[in-house]
Order: sequence, then C-alpha cells, then structure tokens
Amino acid sequence: MTDRIGEEKVEDIEIRLLLEAIYARYHYDFRSYAMASIKRRLKQARQHFEYPTFSALQEGLLHDPDMMPRLLAYLTVQVSEMFRDPTYFKALRESVVPHLRTYPSLKVWVAGCSSGEELYSLAILFREEGLEERTLFYATDINQDALKAAEAGIYSLDRIQGFTQNHRMSGGRSSLSDYYTAAYGRASFDKSLRRNVVFSDHSLVTDAVFGEMHLISCRNVLIYFDRTLQDQALKLFRDSLVRKGFLGLGSKESLRFSAYSEAFTDFVREEKIFQRRPV
Amino acid sequence: MSKVQPRAVVIGASAGALEALSAILPALPASFSLPIMVVVHVPPDKHSLMAELFQAKCRIAVREAEDKEPIEGGTVYFAPPDYHLLVESDACLALSTDAPVLFSRPSIDVLFESAADAYGPALIGIVLTGANQDGARGLRAVVDAGGTALVQDPANAFAGAMPEAAIDLCPDALVRPLADIAIFLQEV
Repeated sequence: MTDRIGEEKVEDIEIRLLLEAIYARYHYDFRSYAMASIKRRLKQARQHFEYPTFSALQEGLLHDPDMMPRLLAYLTVQVSEMFRDPTYFKALRESVVPHLRTYPSLKVWVAGCSSGEELYSLAILFREEGLEERTLFYATDINQDALKAAEAGIYSLDRIQGFTQNHRMSGGRSSLSDYYTAAYGRASFDKSLRRNVVFSDHSLVTDAVFGEMHLISCRNVLIYFDRTLQDQALKLFRDSLVRKGFLGLGSKESLRFSAYSEAFTDFVREEKIFQRRPV
Repeated sequence: MSKVQPRAVVIGASAGALEALSAILPALPASFSLPIMVVVHVPPDKHSLMAELFQAKCRIAVREAEDKEPIEGGTVYFAPPDYHLLVESDACLALSTDAPVLFSRPSIDVLFESAADAYGPALIGIVLTGANQDGARGLRAVVDAGGTALVQDPANAFAGAMPEAAIDLCPDALVRPLADIAIFLQEV
C-alpha cells in the first residue's frame, strides 16, 4: 500500500498472508479488499472460531476445507433490504425505464446480489412497469450460500413492514403483498419473479464480461474494494454495458476518485445512476 | 500521555451532539491543520444536515465523507447516515454497510478502532454526550494504540451515559468540560 501512515504491524502481515493463503488454496481473492472493513470482519471470525491469532486461523483454514464456507459467510456478509433507498428505485422508474422501453429485449445484472433483496426489488419494479417479459436478469455473487438464499427468496416476516414502506416510497404501483405468501413467520416471494432470472457464481475480481447489459445495479459492493479493485470492477462494468447502458451505484459511492470516471456520465446525479459514454 | 505529534482527531457524539459540537468545531481557527472525523448518531432514513450546518459555522472545511476519499488536513468529515465510517491505513476514508454495532450505524467504535489502527499514537479520540455505550470500546482502542483520549465531563453533558461508559473503560482519559476540549484542540 502506498502512503502508509505507519509501519506495517505483525497483525497486518498475518492478515496479508491469510488472504494470500485463501487465494492460493480456495481461489477467493480478497487481497485487494478495503483493509479496514475486511480486518474487522476477520477479527469477528477469528473470535468466533476461537483462534488466538490470524496465523492460527490460516493454519486451520489451509488444512480444513470445511472452514472456508464458514469463513466466507463472515467475509461476504451483506445486509440489505428490499427497495433500500426508495428514491433510487423511483429514479429508475421515472428516468431510466423510459429509455429501457425503447429496447425489444433487455439484460439486467445485479452484481453482488447477496441474498436477493435488490434482485426481487428490480423484478417487481420491472413487472409493474411492464418490462419483465422482455428482460433477462443475472444475479451474481461469489457466495454460494447467499445465491441459494437469493434463489429461495424467503425473508423473515418482521422485515416485510420495512420493505413494504420502501416499496411504496419508491413509487410502487402495486401492493408488495401481491408478491409473497406469508407463513410461519416467513415471507416467500413468488417463484414467477424468478422466471427470467439466472443465478450465477461470478466474481468481480477474477471473472470476465459475460453479456451485454442495459442496466447494472451494484450498490454498496464497491465500498468493500480498494481503489485499484474498484477501478477493475468499473472497467468490467463499462465493458459489460451496451452503448448508453446504465450503472446504478450505492448512494455514497463515487466515481470521483476512479480512473474510469471518464467512461461514464452522470444520469441521475443525486441517485448515483450513471450512463456509459457512447464512445 | 503520548508525546507523538497528533495527526488526526476522531469525535463521537450522540444525544445532544449538535450543541456539543457547536462548542468545539466553530471555535477552531482557519489554520487548524489536522483532519477531524466525526460520527454522530443520526436516524438512517434522514438526509443528515450536520455537514451543511457546520460548514456555515466553521472556519475550516466541513463535508460528509465519501468512500475512498483521501484524507486532507484542516477538514471535518461527518459519517453519512446509515453507513459506518472507517479510516484506511493508506490515509483514505472508507464506508461500509456492515451490520449496526450496538444498534448504531454509523458506529463510533468502528470509526475509533479503525483510526486507532491507522494512526496509532498520533490520534486524539474524543467521546462527547450520549445516552448509550457506543464509543467506549473505540476509545479504549485509541488508548491501547498509545493515542490521546478525551471525554466530555458527564456532569456537564446533555446525556452522561456515553461519556461515563468511556471513562469506565478508559480510566486515564482526560475528562473535561466542552470549553476545555475546544481549547485543547486549538493548542494541539
């Protein structure tokens, strides 16, 4: 790392080696993740699994393949909600959808879909706007367990009230309750919402372009990357978008510090919706 | 007490934050050269006006932190609502949507622990008024890294619980009324 504030501590050396070991043994690449957050998550994991040091955790991880999925749950945990930041979805509805209507078929990529809240939000929005039939959704994540949860589409019923309120504030034209059935404290989202969805294991770090997208929604994923990796992901997004395709980022994510800021123009500035430059 | 020249300040405040910060930030001179990272507990669903409000009142730059923003001296950075604010060891800011800590996002502990990690003894940590326990563990991390710990005197605080919890975990912290904290910073 450049411009370090202080000398590298033993613990930081251990973490660097642990991330190398994870990559060498299991091909998950966290080496360019933003260090402060990954360190916090690793500390929680180390305490949970009761290892005295990160070196000890590394040894356990290298020799016990069952440890990796358990650690992955700590490293990729993502807490989202349906229609998080309702104004983002409102802006998609009002400003982006009119452009999307002009295409005979559409591809939408939810990158880093975690347990699927964002995917279902978009699927419902596209149905409400009459675009669902012509759209193929790709929902990708590196965590298999998260993908399974996304594919299941089952959420705790106590979260539904918040989801419903968000949906209404996003300009929803229907009632969220039209899309799920409630039983035993859980809400199961209708499988028809998954009709046009491909769930797939894909890493923004190590995998390549897989299609020409009209909209990529990737919110609060890049904040976990360092600047180099953010640039790499933004290049991947640029190369994955059709001319004038749309990119939605998290409300506090910025292209300002990126080498690829020139590849995109602001489309709805305050909602962090960008458009790929035509050239 | 550390003899290292401080390179950054972190401040945490909750209930009564606006008034407490008003006694500290606007008093700083235009020549104040350290970066100040601030976590205030604000409701997640609201656009926070903290940065705008203090921008008008302060002689140094004030803004809401952006992800991967390089840290500049003489600037106050507020954590955005519903995000944790962290300091990276390459002197830039980072945000996260990890789960709330002690029901708080942004969390004072998360900011202080990451800043203590990045700045070590060159950090000043300040816990102000509040009605919960956030900030105590973070301030402990500042102390353990050799940094300087200040706590608002609970007797004069709008809400005493948060400073009291910080003092419990950091018995050697300097406990001062707001006016003295403002003077302390001006003399850094």
